Amino acid sequence: MTSTATLDTSSATANTTQVYRIFIKATPQAIWDAITKPEWTQRFGYGLKDEYELRPRGKYRGHANDGMIAMGMSGVIVDGEVIEADPPHKLVMTWRMAIDPTLAQEGFTRLTYEIVEGRGGVSRLSIIHDLAGRPGHAAMVAGDQQGPGANGGWLWILSDLKTLLESGAQMSPDAQLHPHD
Amino acid sequence: MHDDDLVFKALADPTRRFLLDRLFTRDGRTLTELESELEMTRFGVMKHLRVLEDAGLVVTRKQGREKLHFLNPVPIRLIHDRWIDKFTERRVSALTDLKRQLEEDSA
Repeated sequence: MTSTATLDTSSATANTTQVYRIFIKATPQAIWDAITKPEWTQRFGYGLKDEYELRPRGKYRGHANDGMIAMGMSGVIVDGEVIEADPPHKLVMTWRMAIDPTLAQEGFTRLTYEIVEGRGGVSRLSIIHDLAGRPGHAAMVAGDQQGPGANGGWLWILSDLKTLLESGAQMSPDAQLHPHD
Repeated sequence: MHDDDLVFKALADPTRRFLLDRLFTRDGRTLTELESELEMTRFGVMKHLRVLEDAGLVVTRKQGREKLHFLNPVPIRLIHDRWIDKFTERRVSALTDLKRQLEEDSA
């Protein structure tokens, strides 16, 4: 039965990797900055204040933003560790929802960002999220926990990032530095 | 560059919609796995997967010696944002809710 067990494991692994790919009219550097710099990460998706140490074994912390703090949330919402940082093309890291005790208990997932420059100023961003054995995280990033018509998960985050970079990138440098002003 | 036309064309075929449904049920499959569910030659399935890949609806990744096919829902989401969200979401969700309710009642 060894071979069956091996097959089961591999299909379970494949089944729990989520892949998302989006084309954005922006340079790889602009996408990299949007993912890794807090002045940008607060402007799309859940708007966390991300803090990265961009080196192997460097810390990652997604802090509550001002709006969340005003609502009584605070501290680290998401945490993890950088595995590989190759700006502006590849970021491999661990990632976990730290604020929810049930999800935090599931442990870390493995998240890869890949950015490839294409033609005509369009870059390709791929998200490979390995969620094997983390069903709660898998449901969350797939947007499953949202009601009908509501938004959530990677689809929403990426769609929002595309809109920000393709329309908001023309905003004045001052507005970029002070996103909430 | 992504074009809505490629997505609409890719979706305008029952075999390709079937392949997407299979990947939705269980993601990250090999050609051999997908082929086993269709009455079609390997070449035919490859051709359909290529159309889906060109439209960005399927993304392939190498894992060891295997090439796995993943459903990429992003292009459908962008079409939704562009074509449905804007005009019709409330009406559509009212109708899909009604459809679900009626089908549940009759089940």
